[in-house]
Amino acid sequence: MGAILVLLERREGSLKSASLQAVSAARRLAGSGEAVEALALGTSAAACAAAAGAAGADRLHVVEDSAYDLYAAESYASALAAAAAACGATVILMAGTALGRDVAARVAARLRTGLLTDVVELERTAGGGLRGKRPVYSGKAFAWAQVPDARPAMATLRPNVFAATNDPGRVAEVVPLAVPSGTPRAVTVRLETAAQQELDVAEAPIVVSGGRGLKAPENFSLVRDLAHALGGAVGASRAVVDAGWIDHAHQVGQTGKVVSPSLYVACGISGAIQHLAGMSSSKVIVAINKDAEAPIFKIATYGIVGDVFEVLPKLTEEIKKL
Amino acid sequence: MKILVCIKSVPDTETKIKIAADGKSADLTGAKMIISPYDEYALEEALLLKEAGRAAEVAVLGAGGDDVQPTLRHALAMGADRATLVQDAGLDAADPLARAEALAAGIRAEGADLVFAGKLGVGGDEGQVGPMLGELLDRPHVGNVFKMTVDSERFTAWRAIEGATEVVEGRLPAVIAWDKGEHEPRYASLKGIMAAKKKPLDVKPAAGLSSAPGAPRIVRESLELPPPRQAGRILKGDAAETARELARLLREEAKVV
Repeated sequence: MGAILVLLERREGSLKSASLQAVSAARRLAGSGEAVEALALGTSAAACAAAAGAAGADRLHVVEDSAYDLYAAESYASALAAAAAACGATVILMAGTALGRDVAARVAARLRTGLLTDVVELERTAGGGLRGKRPVYSGKAFAWAQVPDARPAMATLRPNVFAATNDPGRVAEVVPLAVPSGTPRAVTVRLETAAQQELDVAEAPIVVSGGRGLKAPENFSLVRDLAHALGGAVGASRAVVDAGWIDHAHQVGQTGKVVSPSLYVACGISGAIQHLAGMSSSKVIVAINKDAEAPIFKIATYGIVGDVFEVLPKLTEEIKKL
Repeated sequence: MKILVCIKSVPDTETKIKIAADGKSADLTGAKMIISPYDEYALEEALLLKEAGRAAEVAVLGAGGDDVQPTLRHALAMGADRATLVQDAGLDAADPLARAEALAAGIRAEGADLVFAGKLGVGGDEGQVGPMLGELLDRPHVGNVFKMTVDSERFTAWRAIEGATEVVEGRLPAVIAWDKGEHEPRYASLKGIMAAKKKPLDVKPAAGLSSAPGAPRIVRESLELPPPRQAGRILKGDAAETARELARLLREEAKVV
């Protein structure tokens, strides 16, 4: 018996797909007689019941309070801990996003338990704990570790690695959750989003990245055009971030983000070890580079030895035709 | 105001990772150890706050074996006033909660209005210690911060999340875990390096600060290298031909678009 609890993440009311991936992963991990319970916070949280149910949740605990519409670590931690106690959770999972990783660590300290960060594979131990595989050294290596008997065992799941399933016949039962009142000492007062909403490299199923081969910051538009045509995010090598061509949020690799999209297109990137570490677990890798000897070609599924200034516009055109 | 910056010693980001004989850890023999880059951003921001007259003292705190001492000296050379090492060689391989507990014990002994740390220790890549320190010290915390303003009682922090920024307001005392900030960390000057040799570096055995840690909450089973990737196909032809062929392969063969 027992339950697997999954925290659902919402941004401006809409539910993150990575959260549904975590619910489906929980369903697959749940033993017979073990319930999958989800938790949603904020205004109209109950609206998540259909999506959570379809992904595999039996029940949805909700705290319908506008105080949770924006993230506050202490309030979210209290709600998650209260939900874990209410359903007798033996496992707590959530998406490995900025929010998920933040609140999970705070709750792990509160419950004095083990938390596996950013796992790409996850299993149960014989004792009902968790064993997971996670990237370390920014993906230069993978560690298997377990949270043997600490209860509940916790993990955050790398987005886009675990498949979300969809059973539209299943709707989660909505249960209101009581959370002990308390005033958080730090709260998000506003969310600033770029005028043009950009996908984040860590969450996007497709990433198109540019490097020094683009020669100048204004040429990044070639990378952006292809990313938009593919519906993907814009990434960058450390060299061009350090040069100030693009914001650090776009950096892929060590001291940037580790990504594993289904398609990664490296444009004018030679493939320094610290960049390769951050993207080599992508499903399909495309490399476009003038230098046939560039290390990136050693790991590329498809390579084009050519000038990015000629190839990228043509490729964008061809993708738009598909 | 006193700022305490938590410092972790990590292998240089260019280090090639080899699996050690135990099959569980990385063989870092000969690896250059550096201050974890995000801790360095945190230290830079602390030093700037001191220079701006916002903080009276910037101290640094490490937890681990004596091999952390050179990294703490480096932080002193950058401009920190003093350093403390919570000494326990076992902490280098311990789980994040054990490290956070040791640091929290050190912070309680030191006292600080603001605790800074990096958003994660490069290498372990967990990012757990910052939020855990907030919880263990019963303070608010904000992670992934790239900019902040602070007065004697309150702060505003800008936190990077996927595709957006959260603007967080809170009360001191607090824990701030830094992402890459807006300021490049300074180099340690020769003068700074000389001065660092005379600055205090207190070594406090962890056993004297906190109760003995319980059973480990995370047990490492193995460490493996990623499966080698096969080099794929180089497409032939001019830009138009290769672009057309690539689009076709992505649709029909790889099925990713």
